[in-house]
Amino acid sequence: MTQLALVIDLNTCVGCHACVTSCKEWNTSGEAGPMVDKNPYGAEPTGTFFNRVQTFEIGEFPNTQTVHFPKSCLHCEDPPCVPVCPTGASYKRPEDGIVLVDYDKCIGCEYCSWACPYGAREIDEKQKVMKKCTLCVDRIYDETLPEAERKPVCVLSCPTSARIYGDIHDPNSEASLAINEAGGYQLMPEWGTEPANHYLPRRKTKITIHEDDLLRVDNPLKKEDREQRAPTTRTTLDDSTSW
Amino acid sequence: MKPAFSVIFLTTLIGAGQGLFLAYYSAELLSLFSILPTLPIDGSVTSGLLSLGLLIAGLVASFFHLGHPERAWRAAAMWRTSWLSREVIALPLTMLLIFIYTMLKLTDNSMVAYTLANGEVVKLEIVVGYAAAFAALVLFLCTAMIYTTLKFLRQWHSPLTVMNFLLMGCASGFTLASALSTNFDPHLYGYFSSFAIALTIIALLSRFASLIRNKNLRSPSTLQSAIGIHHPTIRQMAQGAMGGSFNTRAFIHKYGPTVVKLAKRFFLMAAFVVPVILLLISNENTLLLCAAAFLIQYVGLLVERWYFFIEAEHPQNVYYQMIS
Repeated sequence: MTQLALVIDLNTCVGCHACVTSCKEWNTSGEAGPMVDKNPYGAEPTGTFFNRVQTFEIGEFPNTQTVHFPKSCLHCEDPPCVPVCPTGASYKRPEDGIVLVDYDKCIGCEYCSWACPYGAREIDEKQKVMKKCTLCVDRIYDETLPEAERKPVCVLSCPTSARIYGDIHDPNSEASLAINEAGGYQLMPEWGTEPANHYLPRRKTKITIHEDDLLRVDNPLKKEDREQRAPTTRTTLDDSTSW
Repeated sequence: MKPAFSVIFLTTLIGAGQGLFLAYYSAELLSLFSILPTLPIDGSVTSGLLSLGLLIAGLVASFFHLGHPERAWRAAAMWRTSWLSREVIALPLTMLLIFIYTMLKLTDNSMVAYTLANGEVVKLEIVVGYAAAFAALVLFLCTAMIYTTLKFLRQWHSPLTVMNFLLMGCASGFTLASALSTNFDPHLYGYFSSFAIALTIIALLSRFASLIRNKNLRSPSTLQSAIGIHHPTIRQMAQGAMGGSFNTRAFIHKYGPTVVKLAKRFFLMAAFVVPVILLLISNENTLLLCAAAFLIQYVGLLVERWYFFIEAEHPQNVYYQMIS
């Protein structure tokens, strides 16, 4: 069974909001109708967004780090928002695991938003139906697009490639490998919702260089007494290797 | 949670309506077994129509909660999984059965449903009333389970929620029945008012139990588990929206702790203590006192339901602690 999902690398996200704006642009222009924008140029701009980037400061000054945290629907494997829906407008597609809302069936009772611990659903104040991330379902299967572009638009727009898209049930997919090899984790695991989207943690990037990596002491040429000694003023290994 | 006013009116109005029907129908059953004197038709019909009116008022209030009320009929579809869908079925069904029961009473219909082995007849209205009473109890369960099933809202996720909805609805229904009986059937006043007092006291105990339970209840979700960074010091710098969002508007209320505390004291007095005192000092001739008891109790229950929402803490709020 397929479960499409996003894997978001918090180590690479720079908080540029390109995923937010491209998501809004793609989804507001789609056939499902526009996403409302209230007071876009006023003092209190608000509206429907499927994706937001939040920012957190971790640690105590001066040892602080800024973490940018993109937040959208996690397409849970056991989505609590789906069984509570009285009309069946909310559903999880068996073929690819995407959780969707049928805007023609939704009555706008907001019960699903009460049932989502992540606050991933919101009512569109103009269309009066619940909306959320669709994983760009109108894009990823569009055969008129070149194959490389059949991905959620947030993934394509991310300048640092912090967003990986793929089938997390396929152990060889890029997304699964990222989860397994880079410590991918789920949000609020205490509720047992099994979110499909995963996050990759912040990592310390360190490189350890020993002196003998720079100055090769076990040069095999030395054993064979064939070494042509290079001037020691040269600094790198390449400089001193002369065969 | 931010209180949803249409839902507050829905749950309190239908609770009183179901309670009123159960009060009169229970009196009718007891009179069948000669425990209580026979019910005059006036009282049964008036109580039936009044409980129907309360249920309709609740239904109307619920429509204000919907973004697309014209599609409300679709809400009956998912009864296999959704308690809200079950409520959407149980509410009109209860109304229909109470309507048929009241019409049978009104036309003084003596249609026989079946004859017992000893030759006694069971009237159709008794059978319909039995079904209506069952539907009213199921409706209490459905309404309360809508909140109880949400396991993330820990303050609601308890059998006490079902107990409270049932007891408070029945208490207000019996209080209203005592008020009606002063006018229509004073000989039943003692039954209604003593049960109204007893149910109100039990409801108070049950509500008190949930208040104590909720006092020290903490959500297992923290900012650490919400973003998956296990550092003790995390400070939100931006929530991604400057002008607020659905997340800040629908789940975070803006009432201060003083207002909330006052509201709690008010509903404990108005919904429970004052009605009990008023019912204790009233008798079958004091319609005004009984009516006042019902109205004060109803206002108290409105505030109680408001507090029920304020009490519940949604885990998504941890993502929205600071705008920027």
